[in-house]
Amino acid sequence: MDLSFVILVEMLYAVATLVLISAGLAVVFGMMKVINLAHGEFMMMGGYATITAVNFGVNIFVAMLIIAPIAVGLIGLLVERLVIRHLYGRLIDTMLATWGLSLLFVGLATMIFGNTTTGISTPIPGFTVGNYQVNGYNFFIIVISIMLIAGMLAVLKGTRAGLIARGTMQRSDMASALGYSPDRIYMATFFCGSALSGLAGAVLAPLVGLVPTSGVAYIAKAFITVVAGGPALIAGLISSAASFGIINQVFAFAVSPVIGDVALFVTAIVLLRLMPQGITSRFFKGKL
Amino acid sequence: MSLNRRNLLKSTAALSAAAMMPKVLMADGHGPIKLGSVLDTSGGFDAYGRPMDMAMRLAVEEINTGGGLLGREVEVVAYDTQSDMALYTQYAQRLTRQDQVDVVHGGILSASREAIRQTLRRSETLYFYNVLYEGGVCDRNIFINGVTPAQQVEALVPHAMANSGPRVYVIAADYNYGHNTAGWIRHYVEANGGEIVGIDFLPLDVNDFGSTIASIQTASPDLVIAPLVGGAHLSFFRQWAASGMKDRIPLASTTMGVGNEHKVLTPEEGDGIMVAYNYSQELDTPNNTSFKERWTAAYGNTDDIHEIAVSNYQGVVTWAEAVRQAGSIDRMAIIEALETGLSIEGPAGTVTVDPQTHHAILDVHLMEIRDQGMQVIETLPQRQPVDVQAVCDLGANPDDNTQYEIEI
Amino acid sequence: MQGSAGKDYLTIIVFGAALIWLLPMVENTYTLTILIIYGMLGLSLGLIWGFGGILCFGQGAFFGLGAYTYAIAAINFGESTVPMLLAVIIPAIFAAILGAMMFYGRLTEVYLGVITLVVTLILFKFINSTAGPQYVIGDARLGGYNGIPGFQTLNVPGDPGAYLWGDSYYYVCAVALLLVYLLVTWLLRSSFGRIALGIRENETRISLMGYDVAARKTVLFAIGAAIAGLAGALFASWGEIVTPTLFSMAQSAEIIIWCIVGGLGTRFGPILGAAGLAYMKFLLGQQSLVDNTLITGLILVLFVLFLPKGIVPALARFYRAVLGNGSPGKRKNTHRIRRATNG
Repeated sequence: MDLSFVILVEMLYAVATLVLISAGLAVVFGMMKVINLAHGEFMMMGGYATITAVNFGVNIFVAMLIIAPIAVGLIGLLVERLVIRHLYGRLIDTMLATWGLSLLFVGLATMIFGNTTTGISTPIPGFTVGNYQVNGYNFFIIVISIMLIAGMLAVLKGTRAGLIARGTMQRSDMASALGYSPDRIYMATFFCGSALSGLAGAVLAPLVGLVPTSGVAYIAKAFITVVAGGPALIAGLISSAASFGIINQVFAFAVSPVIGDVALFVTAIVLLRLMPQGITSRFFKGKL
Repeated sequence: MSLNRRNLLKSTAALSAAAMMPKVLMADGHGPIKLGSVLDTSGGFDAYGRPMDMAMRLAVEEINTGGGLLGREVEVVAYDTQSDMALYTQYAQRLTRQDQVDVVHGGILSASREAIRQTLRRSETLYFYNVLYEGGVCDRNIFINGVTPAQQVEALVPHAMANSGPRVYVIAADYNYGHNTAGWIRHYVEANGGEIVGIDFLPLDVNDFGSTIASIQTASPDLVIAPLVGGAHLSFFRQWAASGMKDRIPLASTTMGVGNEHKVLTPEEGDGIMVAYNYSQELDTPNNTSFKERWTAAYGNTDDIHEIAVSNYQGVVTWAEAVRQAGSIDRMAIIEALETGLSIEGPAGTVTVDPQTHHAILDVHLMEIRDQGMQVIETLPQRQPVDVQAVCDLGANPDDNTQYEIEI
Repeated sequence: MQGSAGKDYLTIIVFGAALIWLLPMVENTYTLTILIIYGMLGLSLGLIWGFGGILCFGQGAFFGLGAYTYAIAAINFGESTVPMLLAVIIPAIFAAILGAMMFYGRLTEVYLGVITLVVTLILFKFINSTAGPQYVIGDARLGGYNGIPGFQTLNVPGDPGAYLWGDSYYYVCAVALLLVYLLVTWLLRSSFGRIALGIRENETRISLMGYDVAARKTVLFAIGAAIAGLAGALFASWGEIVTPTLFSMAQSAEIIIWCIVGGLGTRFGPILGAAGLAYMKFLLGQQSLVDNTLITGLILVLFVLFLPKGIVPALARFYRAVLGNGSPGKRKNTHRIRRATNG
């Protein structure tokens, strides 16, 4: 009984983590059809921003939820202006350029922070469920990702900016004909996407040892989650994160964490073979 | 630059001819003695490699300030292998063929050592591998001064079990070192009347330990021993503390702190973890105090000093001592000098070369992590590398050239 | 065109032979050997990506598979000829199965990238977790993270005692690359190659013309994998150790970077990119001023932004612009390059 509760929490946590690490990539891919392979490094920078801010005496929640997203968002803005905007419409080229950027950021972080592992401890204590101790921070991550999804929905559905963004997503030519500059919309989108990546990196920082190469661990999973999700931004994100997260944990508990990861990857292949355009190309069609 | 193959062949021939010359000619001082170094000072393993590089340069500088070796200066020829295995073989070739160094110190991961060991053996270049590793290498051309699993585990397990209880759970890094260490842990746990209630092997890139922590709780052991390696695995100690397990089940490790990981954990996360190493910065000996002063003079602070940096330092000092005793830089003369059971006083205490295995007999300190430092609890002087001794006898079999899988 | 084919091959052979002879005068053969092996690896991706339009994020997987096949077979057979052949065949079969699955599933660009990436990750994870003693193929322990050291390196076929190493190994690899290059040239000139180019340009058109696009792509993919496998086997024999990093994303990334920098849609570009960048990495290892990852990243970004077609096509264009009106011989030469560039 206690164990099944623990497993349930771990599953929810796995799904929430996938949502969190994929959100930034999903926004940028869904809106701009740009695959940002420097996404993992944006997360890494979010982590470093948090740790640096905490070391300067900032409250950890302020650092994670405000400082890190803004800092990474600004870096994203810079990247968009200098590199990405020259490459719109060239999917493969943007992938390659952002891949180069990811290497560049790893190098920069190494020069600034060194390659030693850094980290901060979790601000939330663990608690007891029957005979088991559960990491309290897991709940924090679950809550954050639910809030993230709710926030994205609210912005996209409820605000004018969201309406314009959705319009641009579907027909950027029409949006621009109506007088909305795609250039500025893309700029804003990339800022938001980067900020989300920064947030994810910041929120996960207390759970892991951070090194400049940490980003690599996330990018593949995020990439797979987003692509398997398909065209619908939020529905795709949730459906693929849920299927991958649950399968991953089932196998992790039943066999071992490695098999969990392998199961996730095998599922991805099978999913893409059956639904080459992603889950939401078959289900949840036309949803957000 | 006309470095074609003929010249290369000629120069290698000249080198081996030079090696056979009487020592008077060599000591005449045709330029400096060359010490080659191959370490990952950038890329994924530079947390290990950079301090090792600093330690090597410090040792060489001290040798040169003291008048060099045999009246000749020691010159460092160092390459950064960028955490890339292919570059190891490339630079090893360059060191032996082009730079024609007299000795090579370097290699961090076992894979990097195996990548260059044969090249150095074939070209008859003396090789020092100064890192703690899984044990078993038996080759007369190589000297190894890191602690082997048996040296550590033999000391750590009884101590940790005495502080907790007989039921032990092991989570180890999934590669040779982890498997070997786990084997030795099982051996010594059972030898001390304990029982292994579970073993998990985790690949080096796993950084989410939720399911592992849950299965440990299901087994409810008295003690967890965690030979985990690298940045990702540091997350375990963090998540372990975050789920509040730290106060319930004691933790011991054979790797935690080798790359100064304990300085990254907060006192709440790290305190109380039991470890056993050759070196700790908190070691209160005159040798260590003076070493830390010299390091500070050279690099500003002692932040970077860790176990294998000190091993590398001791490796260079051991080599220099052997050159002095041999009175020559001829490879065989140095090997024979080392095989007399030569010993030096390093920052971590006495290091003696074990002639039978070319490994090191050294002090192992039982320690506990406290306030981001490693407090020494007990020193076990001059431990033998019994695991390697069980399979390797270079005295009886000098042409041996294998890395043994040690049957436990 | 038929008439110029012979001349083309002759030019390649003469040019190649001259390079093989001249290069050892500038750099030692040991380093040259690895540059050649990387060149072959670059060419393998250059073929399927540049001429077939298949962007494979996991070319490293075939390279690694070739290297591991060679190492495992060499330990079991104690002789290098059969392992060499296996190292070409097994990656090709693997690629054929994977390719058939992908191309008959009508996966497009990005999705193709994801699948190849994921397969590489699975292989990497698998090989990485084989440290335990239960992972044995014949006499060969897979060794997990530490890889497999100590296998038989290349020997004269039939005589396991006669190792080919040092200078002779350089010549073996160089000739192998030359042969692969000739093979690729021949392939691209054949009807198969021309249809492959057609598929790259417009897949729908070619399939409407009645060709089985999926089958052709699969075959091309398998050929690319075979070349990568050969490069892997040569690499294993050169380095005398194989480690899981061969399967890593970084390795696959590097191959893509080589192709971009050297020039897609050319045969020589990827080879030049591979050898040039690998040599640069080798030289950079001797300095410690700037982080080397940073430099690699910067090069990639700058190339995508300013020279997206790569060095060789850019040089060809420059050559045409400056010397385009030169002697007839020169014009023919430019024509050859242009054809190569445009397919």
